[in-house]
Amino acid sequence: MGESQESVSRSQEVEAALALWEIVHAAFPDAVSALDENPFMPFFEVLQTERWREIALFLRDDPKLRCNYMACLSGVDYPEEGKLGIVCNLESVGVHAHKIAVKVYCDREDGVIPSVARVWKTADWHEREAFDMYGMTFSGHPDLRRILCPEDWTGYPLRKDYVVQESYHGIKVPN
Amino acid sequence: MQELGKAEHSSIRVTPQGENRVIVEKDLSSEEMILNMGPQHPSTHGVLRLECKTDGEVVIEAEPYLGYLHRCFEKHAEMVDYPGIVPFVDRMDYLASMNNDFAYCIAVEKLLDIEIPRRVEFMRVIVSEINRIASHLVAIGTYAIDLGAFTPFLFCFRDREHMLNLLEWTSGARMLYNYILIGGVAYDFPKDFAHRTLEFVKYFRPKALELQKLLTENEIFVKRTKGVGMMPADVAINYGWSGPMLRGSGVEWDLRRVDGYSVYPELDFKVCVPDGKFSDIGDSLSRHVVRALEIEESLNIIEQCLDKMPEEEGFDPRSAIPKRIRPKAGEVYGRAENPRGELGFYIISDGKSTKPLRCKARSSCFVNLSAMKELSLGQLIPDLVAIIGSIDIVLGEVDR
Amino acid sequence: MGLLDAKISNHNVLVTSVDNVLNWARLSSLWPMGFGLACCAIEMMATNASNYDLERFGIFPRSSPRQSDLMIVAGTVTMKMAERVIRLYEQMPEPRYVLSMGSCSNCGGPYWKHGYHVLKGVDRIIPVDVYVPGCPPRPEALIGGLMKVQELIRMEQIGISRVEALKKLEEKNVDPGQLIEDARKGAMAS
Repeated sequence: MGESQESVSRSQEVEAALALWEIVHAAFPDAVSALDENPFMPFFEVLQTERWREIALFLRDDPKLRCNYMACLSGVDYPEEGKLGIVCNLESVGVHAHKIAVKVYCDREDGVIPSVARVWKTADWHEREAFDMYGMTFSGHPDLRRILCPEDWTGYPLRKDYVVQESYHGIKVPN
Repeated sequence: MQELGKAEHSSIRVTPQGENRVIVEKDLSSEEMILNMGPQHPSTHGVLRLECKTDGEVVIEAEPYLGYLHRCFEKHAEMVDYPGIVPFVDRMDYLASMNNDFAYCIAVEKLLDIEIPRRVEFMRVIVSEINRIASHLVAIGTYAIDLGAFTPFLFCFRDREHMLNLLEWTSGARMLYNYILIGGVAYDFPKDFAHRTLEFVKYFRPKALELQKLLTENEIFVKRTKGVGMMPADVAINYGWSGPMLRGSGVEWDLRRVDGYSVYPELDFKVCVPDGKFSDIGDSLSRHVVRALEIEESLNIIEQCLDKMPEEEGFDPRSAIPKRIRPKAGEVYGRAENPRGELGFYIISDGKSTKPLRCKARSSCFVNLSAMKELSLGQLIPDLVAIIGSIDIVLGEVDR
Repeated sequence: MGLLDAKISNHNVLVTSVDNVLNWARLSSLWPMGFGLACCAIEMMATNASNYDLERFGIFPRSSPRQSDLMIVAGTVTMKMAERVIRLYEQMPEPRYVLSMGSCSNCGGPYWKHGYHVLKGVDRIIPVDVYVPGCPPRPEALIGGLMKVQELIRMEQIGISRVEALKKLEEKNVDPGQLIEDARKGAMAS
């Protein structure tokens, strides 16, 4: 397989994402940003966080989009901007052949993002994991608890300013 | 008299629905019992804890509790440089280290935008397919042991040793290889590798058939798994299932075909889905059948690769490895087909440091396991074991 | 056992000490608890399976801590799991032995530096008798470790608990390094 073939398929991916984005942008002109034509992962940002669930439902149910498969939801920390965020990789399985990524932001302290756990059931555990690691709240999540760390763990481990606690239940934690 | 007659009716009746699903009809007040399985239960595949709410023997809700093996992969990934992450990736899904490395390297190579020598691509596919068979054998063997059959476990581990020997000969380690590196592989194949691998394929073909006769066509095994843990295709997609789990529900979705990464587009293999004659589509048995069929396909892929792989004297598999790995700023989601499904890495690079700003692993087992609550609804406790076994979880990957 | 059977069936008498018989019985039926934690558990399973066949040493995993006398800590112990491990250890009847398998349970292994959720060595919570290094250790290494446990049992005496024996050793102030040095010197001289 040559280099040219790969680059062709990549641009196809971006083109498909662009077509997808145009439909979303037409429906929510104020709520979504322009498409970032990242060749490996084209994405757009949700500017009005509170409308994220609405956009998610549209992405899943619109017959032209049908992004029925959420591949990944990752929490991200942006300490310089004072924000936390999630990145969702969406894809259409068995209907269309397109995929796109969506970014949603919230404040670093007491940030709230609408939960999409009822839109894609994958998001249930992924949102719990993001909450566990970064500490943003997902409003409307059916069961928002820590998932990987113990319930009584202090701090959010993947934040850039995380300091490990000294002891847990009388056991020394750092080396 | 009437009241007495009422009392006769007001008891708990277990009505069979289909072959394996039951419905409890009750008029009397009954108490729910909470039953804990794990985290050191012998049939929960590692340190998974299931909190089951049961009514008699019927499970009303099984809630998985994770994190007993949370080894902070994502924290480590932010702390060490790109090549240094490979050993930690190895330890995520420890049954299929080669496939893990493959997925991670695909993601980083996308970010770096480098070209890989053709021979290296074939080498990667060969070792990861060998590892896929080994991983499926463990899945099948432990599944059998969960359902009370000990012999298939011994058969599987006997044959798995041959594969481990091959991989050890290539990479120097038995389980956690650290073999596939960013931009290449660690060593060239040893001399005579192709010959010995073909010998193994020849040896293993009848053994796979034997295993199929012993387990897949076994009346007891079929009774225990057919119709248990049904999952319709649309719900499976909504849950984000991938790999043999999704294919078990009848969806032809294989990243080797869909994404066509590496040299897979050149190879002739079929995406295995159950045909519905032997098993009900979407039950535990079809997930097992898909794994059994995939072993066959992997053997085919190995043969084709050995045939097509370009031979080069004095080949240096490290020639394309960059001296210093510092990708330009950007983000990427790279993925590959693991034996358990889609393993993806979401990596953000800031363009300045040699460490990723964020490296999230999308683990296939984590997502597959999240459907446990739905799968276990209305099942009997012994069937719960059959369901967990069919999900084929590796806790190292679930908890990371 | 063939030789021993023949001797006894010829109406012969076997003379031995109670210590020896007890220790022999114990060390030839070590029952580890069947629970694995991480990657090492797969190697433990491989050791139990066909090719390495641990049963020839009388070692077969038991599903309950109450029936087992050896705990193989196979894999990374995390903070969440630590309390369970302590509890399982406490549920095992005396005499009990602990074999720590793999770098993670020896000292935290690769997760030593940044593993906020990883316990840096299982010996921080329960006493360990034998450490097996490796990541993961090969089955041969595990078998070697198990034979070390057997050696440990072979040296036991009735009436003296292991704790007391260790105390006695400490009182005598025997430095194992010195013993090795002495032995080496003796070998050099001869």
